[in-house]
Amino acid sequence: MYWEESRECMNREDLEQLQLERLQSTIYRVATHVPFYRKRFKEIGLDPDGFRSLGELSSLPFTVKDDLRQNYPYGLFAVPLRDVVRIHSSSGTTGMATVVGYTRNDIKNWSNLVARVLTAAGVTKDDVIQIAFGYGLFTGGFGLHYGAERLGASVIPISSGNTKRQIQIMQDFKTTALVCTPSYALMIADTMLDMGINVNGLSLKWGLFGAEPWSEAMRTEINNKLNITATDNYGLSEVMGPGVAGECLECNGLHINEDHFLFEIINPNTLKPVEPGEVGELVVTTLTKEAFPVIRYRTRDLTRLITEPCGCGRTNYRMTRILGRTDDMLIIKGVNVFPTQIENVLFEIEGTEPHYRIVVERENHQDKATVLVEVVESIFFDEMKKQRQLVDKIKKQLASELGVSVDVKLVEEKTLERFEGKGQRVIDKREL
Amino acid sequence: MLKVRNLEAGYGKLRVLKRISMHIDPGEIVTIIGANGAGKTTLLHTISGLVKVSSGEILFKNNDLRRITPEKTVAAGCSLVPEGRLVFSTMTVEENLILGGYILAKKKKGAVDDEICRVYELFPVLKERARQLAGTLSGGEQQMLAMGRALMAKPSLIMMDEPSTGLAPLIVKSIFKVIQQLREEGNTVLLVEQNAKAALGIADRGYVLETGKIILQGVADDLLQNRDVQRAYLGREMDE
Repeated sequence: MYWEESRECMNREDLEQLQLERLQSTIYRVATHVPFYRKRFKEIGLDPDGFRSLGELSSLPFTVKDDLRQNYPYGLFAVPLRDVVRIHSSSGTTGMATVVGYTRNDIKNWSNLVARVLTAAGVTKDDVIQIAFGYGLFTGGFGLHYGAERLGASVIPISSGNTKRQIQIMQDFKTTALVCTPSYALMIADTMLDMGINVNGLSLKWGLFGAEPWSEAMRTEINNKLNITATDNYGLSEVMGPGVAGECLECNGLHINEDHFLFEIINPNTLKPVEPGEVGELVVTTLTKEAFPVIRYRTRDLTRLITEPCGCGRTNYRMTRILGRTDDMLIIKGVNVFPTQIENVLFEIEGTEPHYRIVVERENHQDKATVLVEVVESIFFDEMKKQRQLVDKIKKQLASELGVSVDVKLVEEKTLERFEGKGQRVIDKREL
Repeated sequence: MLKVRNLEAGYGKLRVLKRISMHIDPGEIVTIIGANGAGKTTLLHTISGLVKVSSGEILFKNNDLRRITPEKTVAAGCSLVPEGRLVFSTMTVEENLILGGYILAKKKKGAVDDEICRVYELFPVLKERARQLAGTLSGGEQQMLAMGRALMAKPSLIMMDEPSTGLAPLIVKSIFKVIQQLREEGNTVLLVEQNAKAALGIADRGYVLETGKIILQGVADDLLQNRDVQRAYLGREMDE
């Protein structure tokens, strides 16, 4: 099922023509209407009328979160405020808030793109969709809401919080699709368990989760606990909000709405594009936004592009789920290493617990990384040989995944400190 | 069907078209709107081979149209209905149509007659006037003749330059109806218009041309909703 087959299944050549046309007109508009971009272009001697191919994208300057802050509140708007029909803002948990705006057309496109994501994830107009994202300045609630309405589903705008009431409504209103963060989905599941509610008695079929990074293991857990098909979707308010990319029912990467957003993956240190298929920082350029276009916005999210064809028939490229944030990235012997990569390897190996620490030191001017892994108790009762084998196995798989060799030490269960919320799993002892 | 990339063209030293990129998919009506002198006609003439390309690409069904003469452009399936109709006024309606089908005459016997029948079906008034001199037709009828003449070459893309110029509003309406009908029959139409509202009303997508540059593009409905387009081309003021 497609929402807009002609756009989701385009051949590459036609897509690139469309992207070029839209990009050229976006560059024209930002250069004409946004002093910030005009100044930036002038500084680097870029002629906005000279842009001729998508290959020249890397000649354009980056935009970063701080640029948004410095132009607070309306400095980066490309239309007068009277053309803006909606204003959203990021909470500013990591600094000053940022503000984004939407014209009537932007809202229309947004709704449409979210409808694509919903359709790809299995939702149809016959579904009853419970939107447990916060409604307000955060883009999640309204973004999904408008998309679901556009699709024609029956929308329950319950917003976030009050878990027992969520469950009550889910039962009474016969909700078939749940929209929230993956962690909240788990909380709902656990609360139901506590309340002694039989999940099989629910009408729930689909779960669309986003707004925070999660893992394949978490998906399995949610699917099992709620008896649904959970999919991942991606977006960020600086670019639009939800609807930038979403998973289809193959559940193997998120299809990017490439006719509206241009994706690049760069190495966050060199700022150069990575080799095709490599992990790096996602950089997004909007192609159709009227009120708040952005050129090469550095998302700080880490992902990788999947260009292989997908079983669902959509030709739009996919991105993997968000693998982490550039802020978490480590450089060991010049190689970029992300804690989530290590987590994934450990998750695959039997006998290990998903608790670990990465200690990075410098010995004789050489980086040395050691991964401390908790293992199940029984391993320590086994012969030394078995322990050695396990260490070798982990080492080998880590080396192949990371592209750099690291040491591995096994530690007993529950010896590593536990975290509530965001953990600090990296201990960097290097003095640089 | 048609892909134009970074097209530049002009007359002598005068650069009229500046880095134009646009495309048309089969079965679409695409409109190019813009003020007088924006370069709309030059764009159509450049695609038709009447104006030389300075740089950039024109791909029509993956054929390079850049160095092709106008008659070969027509043979490739791309016909132009020129601004101001330019019918041969001292010839009859039917003679005008036969001329339009000159590339068919070489191919198959009876092909021209078949095509004339088709055009008469689309424009019954032309059948009534078949033996009349084209110069004696009304403006609206001449426009239909110009369209019929272009259709005689069985184009896969038909380009129309300001079909509404100088016509009464009611006639414009019927001309635009015919354009929609052409699309329903599977034709692809590139429509250049100053009458932005009417053109966007029937088009799937549009491009806004200003001093030789495409400054906006998008789905026709979005352009109708765009405040800049409204202010500049739809005569609607912000205090609407």
